[in-house]
Order: sequence, then structure tokens, then C-alpha cells
Amino acid sequence: MGMGGKVVTVTSGKGGVGKTTATANLGAALARMGKSVVVIDADIGLRNLDVVMGLENRIVYDLVDVVEGRCKLRQAMIKHKQFPELYLIPAAQTRDKTAVSPADMIQLTDKLRPELDFILIDSPAGIERGFRNAVAPADEVLIVTNPEVSAVRDADRIIGLLEAENKGPGRLILNRVKMDMVRRGEMMSADDVTDILAISLIGIVPEDENVVPASNSGIPVTLNENSRAGQAFRNIARRLNGEIVPFMQLDEGGGFFQKLVRLFAGGNGQ
Amino acid sequence: MAGFLDRVFGRVNSKGSGSTAKERLQFILVHDRINLPPERLQAMKEEILAVISKYVAVNSEDVDIALQQRQRDSLIVAEIPFTRPHEDIEKDDPDTPQESNRILD
Ligand SMILES: Nc1ncnc2c1ncn2[C@@H]1O[C@H](COP(=O)(O)OP(=O)(O)O)[C@@H](O)[C@H]1O
Ligand SMILES: [Mg+2]
Repeated sequence: MGMGGKVVTVTSGKGGVGKTTATANLGAALARMGKSVVVIDADIGLRNLDVVMGLENRIVYDLVDVVEGRCKLRQAMIKHKQFPELYLIPAAQTRDKTAVSPADMIQLTDKLRPELDFILIDSPAGIERGFRNAVAPADEVLIVTNPEVSAVRDADRIIGLLEAENKGPGRLILNRVKMDMVRRGEMMSADDVTDILAISLIGIVPEDENVVPASNSGIPVTLNENSRAGQAFRNIARRLNGEIVPFMQLDEGGGFFQKLVRLFAGGNGQ
Repeated sequence: MAGFLDRVFGRVNSKGSGSTAKERLQFILVHDRINLPPERLQAMKEEILAVISKYVAVNSEDVDIALQQRQRDSLIVAEIPFTRPHEDIEKDDPDTPQESNRILD
């Protein structure tokens, strides 16, 4: 493990479970806590993180330009509008994953570590080159999944691969939990999923209608005080920073009334 | 073949599709993790039984060899009731070995 900043890779196996959303929001939440952060889009060919962060029209250089020496590292780091210590290194849109190697990623993050508190890497879906690039420099891996059979199955595969590379087991972000469905027994609970995967949980993010408008406007949802998903990402950011933050009812998306019901029902406030 | 692996996971009293999802996942993952096709698993079971049967008498119907998860470790758990030392069987009347095995159950 290198000196200085911590490299955290966000991965999943299955696509569309919320890696990019999580990376953007954890970056913004950590920056809001006063941390210096760079988020790296390792999904070469399918650039996305720039859009979710609202930085797409400022891109001049990208990750592949840095790796191939066409620009200085600093030139590819796009500064966020709101947080002067939040940066994005975008993915190349017109290249493929083989343009970058795991060794390149280790070299790049080693240069970033002394200057930043957190280096967050948004991994592409899949278990091939792009995944290996994203995971190679990681000090910690966050696995994003949804409470659905196929997403959990793919998360298990990823956890197995991480263990084989001594990068595991990582911590789990369970995203898009619909508490009303969990209560009706029509969706697996966080307990069900952690039971099956046998890894520890770093956060439960509820399904939240604020997420899509937030990416529509390029303002991470965690900057919206009223969003429950936003609150969940703020909690995860604090846990990443080593703070002990209890898993609150909010994480499950339960309101005040539901909190009471669960208390009287002897629920164990996850 | 399914029975060989199925028995580990007692049928959960399923209320909604959430518990069905969990059950199905447990079954899927145990196979994903061992990464052996069903024929190989069956062959393994038969070889284990053949070895044990060289030493003690085993009624293959009572044998339970299953895959289990303990946290992230995968285990092969075998429950193989035997009835008596092998030499005793050889003295048995060859026509009724099954009957005498059952008495001890
Ligand atoms: N907690 C959530 N609530 C509602 N929508 C979400 C949530 N998390 C992600 N989404 C939506 O799901 C889709 C996929 O998310 P994304 O972060 O792009 O996934 P990935 O990077 O894993 O492919 C996006 O449209 C995103 O807005
Ligand atoms: Mg993505």
C-alpha cells in the first residue's frame, strides 16, 4: 500500500447496478467533507462519469492521453465547478480497454497518492481487462449490487476474483433497495444479501426518484439534502473515511412512521 | 443429481418472491463456486462411496454428500452411515444383505 491517499475502486460484475452513480456521489460527498479527491473513469470507450458529474464540456485530455504521454497528469484532471479539490480524469471515448494496462493504472495512482486524500476508480462492467485495470491499484474495493438474483450472482463472482488477487473481500454497497417491497417480502433484504455473499456492508442505498434528475442535470444527488439516496452516499463516504456511522433507518428508506412500526415490531434497525 | 446438492438447503417457508430469490441464489452460487459440471460431481460422489465401501458396509440410499457454504468457504460435507465392518458382510447370506443392513438403522 502506497503513501498518502487511498485508492478505492468501485466495481460490480453486472452493468447498470450503480457504479458510476456511486463513484460520482462518493467523490462529491468526500469533497464536501473537505477531502481532496480525484475520480477516475476507467470505463474506456463508454465514458459516463463526466456526464453524471456535469463536467462533460470541459474535457480536453483523457486517461489514455495521460498513459500515452500526450499530456501532463495535471492537464487531464478536470476541476469540479463547486469543489476546488474535486477532480475528474475522464475515460477516452474512442479507444478500447487495451489502451491501458494494470501496470499503467498502478503507476498513475502512485503519482496521485501524495497529492490527494482519495482516488476513486469507476470500473467498467465485466471481469476482463477493464476490471483488472480498475482493481490493480486498489487499496479497497467496493462492490455495488442490487437486491436481484443476477446482480448478486455476478457480485459473488467478482468477490471470488478479488479474493484470488488478494484484493478481497471488499465491502458491499447494496443499491436500489425498495423498502416497501422488502416489507412485502417481494425483494431480498440487506440481511438476505449479506447472508449469501458473506461480506461486510458499507451502505444501503434506497431507490430514489431524485437520482435520475440529478444525473440529468449533472449535479450528484448527494448534494441534495432531501434525497435519501444522497444521505446514504454521505454515510458511505464517512465510513470510507474511517468514521463509524450507524446504519440508520434512513439507509433503508424508512420514514419516521416506519421507524416506529419497526421498533414496536422488535425490528433490528439495520 | 439435483438431490445430491439440494438437500443442504432445506426448503424455506417461502412467503414472497424475495425468499425464492434467496433460495435460488444459494443453489446457484454453490454450483458457481465449485465450478464442476454435474457429471463430475456425480463421479466424485461415486468414487467417494467406492472407497468407503472397501472398508465398511454402506447403503448408498442413506448417503448424503453435499456442498455447503460456511461464510465464503465452500465445503464438501458427507454423511455416510455404515452398518458394520466389511468382513462381517462377507459372512452374510449373499441373498439378504440389504435386509440385515436396514435392521441397524
Ligand atoms: N439509488 C438509485 N435510485 C434510482 N436510480 C438509480 C439509483 N442508482 C442508480 N440509478 C440509475 O440506474 C442507472 C444505472 O446506474 P449507473 O450508475 O450508470 O450504473 P453502472 O455504472 O453500474 O452501469 C442510471 O440510470 C442511474 O440513474
Ligand atoms: Mg458505469
